[in-house]
Amino acid sequence: MSATAASAVIASPQDLALVERVLAGEDAAFAELIAAHHASMERLARVYVHSGDVASEVVQETWMAVLDGLQRFEGRSALKTWIYRILTNKAKTRGVREGRIVPFSSLGREDDDRGPAADPDRFTSKGRWSDPPSPWGHDSPEAVLRRKESMRALQQAVETLPPSQRAVVTMRDIDGWSAEDVCNVLEITETNQRVLLHRGRTRLRRALESHYRGE
Amino acid sequence: MLSCQELTELVTDYLEGTLKLGDRMRFRMHLALCPPCREYLRQMELTVGSVGELRESHIPDDVKGELMSAFRDWKQQG
Repeated sequence: MSATAASAVIASPQDLALVERVLAGEDAAFAELIAAHHASMERLARVYVHSGDVASEVVQETWMAVLDGLQRFEGRSALKTWIYRILTNKAKTRGVREGRIVPFSSLGREDDDRGPAADPDRFTSKGRWSDPPSPWGHDSPEAVLRRKESMRALQQAVETLPPSQRAVVTMRDIDGWSAEDVCNVLEITETNQRVLLHRGRTRLRRALESHYRGE
Repeated sequence: MLSCQELTELVTDYLEGTLKLGDRMRFRMHLALCPPCREYLRQMELTVGSVGELRESHIPDDVKGELMSAFRDWKQQG
């Protein structure tokens, strides 16, 4: 992978206060951390390993590593960045051991990182639509997901994205992270992040379209 | 003038607000004249919004309980 993103932003005063409370042994402070991150951590870990159970294990191990390492947290990155880097390192190790193609790994190249993201067969040689997007008849995400099959189709499309795209889409679009935070945790450039997001989103739109067309 | 195919490749840059001014203007100009591309953009936005709805942040009570008890063990050791 190319050069890493600009150095992570430093911890906020809120981060440092929370760390201090956890180190002081305050249950509510640790509970706060769990509530803020646990579910997102499982989602991200799942990109690297083959099952939800293994992802849960990786997240549990991460929490223990966080507690053991917290004393040494110096606030040179945001707390979130620090936690998720521990997570991705553990998940990566586990994924590699499982023989999975893990995101951003030098071991496996992903099939889909060059050429146009959208299917070129949909356009004429002049780049006009020959097979334009068919209307969906839904105008809000709620309407899209009200139908269980559509939700299932979308979920499945996310799960079958190439791992690096899935990681970026999961963080950006499911968990609502900023581009900067994603770059800091995954140690990728802004441009790389945007390309992966674009390719991932393009595939998801296509999957929903196929679903609506009954393909 | 941008082609439809070029527009589909710029759609994320557009939504991310990272297009340069000139490209942004060409993008919008194309949209104004091209209903299928407007539909494409709308579907991309709808896709992004729908993916966001997949977010599940519930943590099962037993998992929470286990973590909190691990936390208490950690405190004792400390």
